[in-house]
Amino acid sequence: MPARIDPLRISAYTATTAAGPGRQALHEALRANRSALRPNDFGPHALDTWIGRVDGLEDAPLPEPWAPWECRNNRLAWLGLQCDGFLSAALDARDRYGPARVAVVLGTSTSSIGATEEAYRSLDADGRFAAPMRLPRLHTPHSLAMFVREALGLEGPCLTVSTACSSSAKVFGDAERMIRLGLVDAAIVGGVDTLCGSVLFGFNSLELVSPEPCRPFDAQRRGISLGEAAGYALLERAQADDALRLLGYGEASDAHHMSTPHPQGVGAERALDDALARAGIHVGAVDTINLHGTASAKNDEVEAALVARRFGTGVHASATKGLTGHTLGAAGIVEAAICLLGLEHGWCWGTPNTHVLDAVCGPQIRLEPQRRAHRVALSHSFGFGGNNCALLFGRTDESR
Amino acid sequence: MNCHRVTIEGVGFWAPTMPGWPMAQAVLRGEAGPQDPPARRPAPQALAPAERRRAPDTVALALEVAGEAVAASGRAAAALPSVFASSHGDLAINDHLCSMLAGTPTLISPTKFHNSVLNAAAGYWTMAAGCHAASTAITAFEASFANALLAGAVQCATDDHPVLVAAYDIEAVGALASVTRSTGLLAVALVLAPGTTRPGAPVLQWQLEPGTTAAPAPRCEPARALATNALADALPFFETLACAGTAPITLRLGPALGLRLQLLG
Repeated sequence: MPARIDPLRISAYTATTAAGPGRQALHEALRANRSALRPNDFGPHALDTWIGRVDGLEDAPLPEPWAPWECRNNRLAWLGLQCDGFLSAALDARDRYGPARVAVVLGTSTSSIGATEEAYRSLDADGRFAAPMRLPRLHTPHSLAMFVREALGLEGPCLTVSTACSSSAKVFGDAERMIRLGLVDAAIVGGVDTLCGSVLFGFNSLELVSPEPCRPFDAQRRGISLGEAAGYALLERAQADDALRLLGYGEASDAHHMSTPHPQGVGAERALDDALARAGIHVGAVDTINLHGTASAKNDEVEAALVARRFGTGVHASATKGLTGHTLGAAGIVEAAICLLGLEHGWCWGTPNTHVLDAVCGPQIRLEPQRRAHRVALSHSFGFGGNNCALLFGRTDESR
Repeated sequence: MNCHRVTIEGVGFWAPTMPGWPMAQAVLRGEAGPQDPPARRPAPQALAPAERRRAPDTVALALEVAGEAVAASGRAAAALPSVFASSHGDLAINDHLCSMLAGTPTLISPTKFHNSVLNAAAGYWTMAAGCHAASTAITAFEASFANALLAGAVQCATDDHPVLVAAYDIEAVGALASVTRSTGLLAVALVLAPGTTRPGAPVLQWQLEPGTTAAPAPRCEPARALATNALADALPFFETLACAGTAPITLRLGPALGLRLQLLG
């Protein structure tokens, strides 16, 4: 078991999803328990499914200085940075600590591969990228973090975590370790993933894509709905006036299969236990859970069993991918933001789109949002390769 | 900047001209010539024979060097957290998928798709090792080895637990080769342990070094011949390690940050 850690202050956070830019749009959709999914209208090839698409990216080119980073993923990264005062909070941290004392740790599953796909649709006569598209820094998975670091003028460690759907949850762990060791004083964590052919047709090839809006934990669920999102949080050492804190994190491996979860949820449960140990709390202290809840048959079955086995009936667990879609490498930070919104405003969220819970679900899994002040929220993020992460967030007593 | 120390308990190295760390050590010290003819690709013992044949080059490379480093450390693979890294991931699969997507997207192979994630090698390693510990996959363009070493050393120090670090890159093929520069196969691995607890094992002192730093170039010809691989940033460190050199070197972590490394004699 890992040792208890000091909590970190969450000085600022933001998320941009299919619900719209910034926290307010996401908060309103969560309160209304509504879905922001739409019939798939993305890309040159049709696929009968629903998606969580962020409006307006097509008309939002990057400012001129960042033109070499131009692609849908970096556009969404830039849009996300400008929401909820995050950009100024990040620049303020840079000015307070110095550019070398702030890390950038971002998660993404496919980064700017959409731009690579586009280049493959317009190769030159010799089968090479058209000359204007030969940008080595764009066609590589670190593109997102390099762009964000440059846009923020930071000079500290800059890392991309790419562990599929747990990517932007695990960034909290890397950042906490760097702060704890004294390498940096603050970290910009988060993640961005955008819709692209690779994920739409990739998940389609695995027969995991639902022809209707996804319904996590529903008895009649038919698979996932893909989405896109950007989100960030600013982490610093805890201070007396903190409102929101990162309490702990856990990371663990299934060691079972590349695209199917361990049937007993071994990796997920170990991630949960490690997060609890780092936070120094018992499972009974958890008030609410944002479940991974993809609406795939297997994920939801394994995750529901884990919740039923480990948590009391008073815990309020729900899944929000029916609102946002599965935003893959951005899901960790989006659902972290959803937990933080709940802690801040005193709400436990519902499970949009889901009508009838699967019989495997215990009483913990709720369909409707509930007004309920609480102190500790847990978020689950599980990825391909059996890569699991659990995050614990808290609201401090002083601020209540 | 504070100095930190880790013990290097095991090393793995694989390139077609230097398949394995004992061979690489001899070549990098100038005691032997590169393997001729070069090896084609590694055959990691961690995988069953059928899996070994089916594994993408990225996975075969990563598991080969991870297995070598862990065996040398004497640690149980199942108990080691791991940091895997690659500058570009599986360039061959990306080329294949992007070509398919431009024409017949509904014919994509599900296996190719799930092997395209950057953490595929980490996933196969944890499965082969029966390892439930944390594993991650990171990428940092031309500084992927340096950043993997940093992430691993940080995890080792903060969790006070040994960590496996493995990094690999393969050749850019197809249209991707017109934009991404990487040739041949190259992979490296280290088992890092906290502090200086094992007599005789090399101790690495490291610290961040703010400021612009030029990436050091490999010194010997056989290492320079591997420098067209996207993981080339690893080569100067493994030359130093092979020669047990005690002069410090600074690897580039990014445009304005270095990782200063020194082996303690």
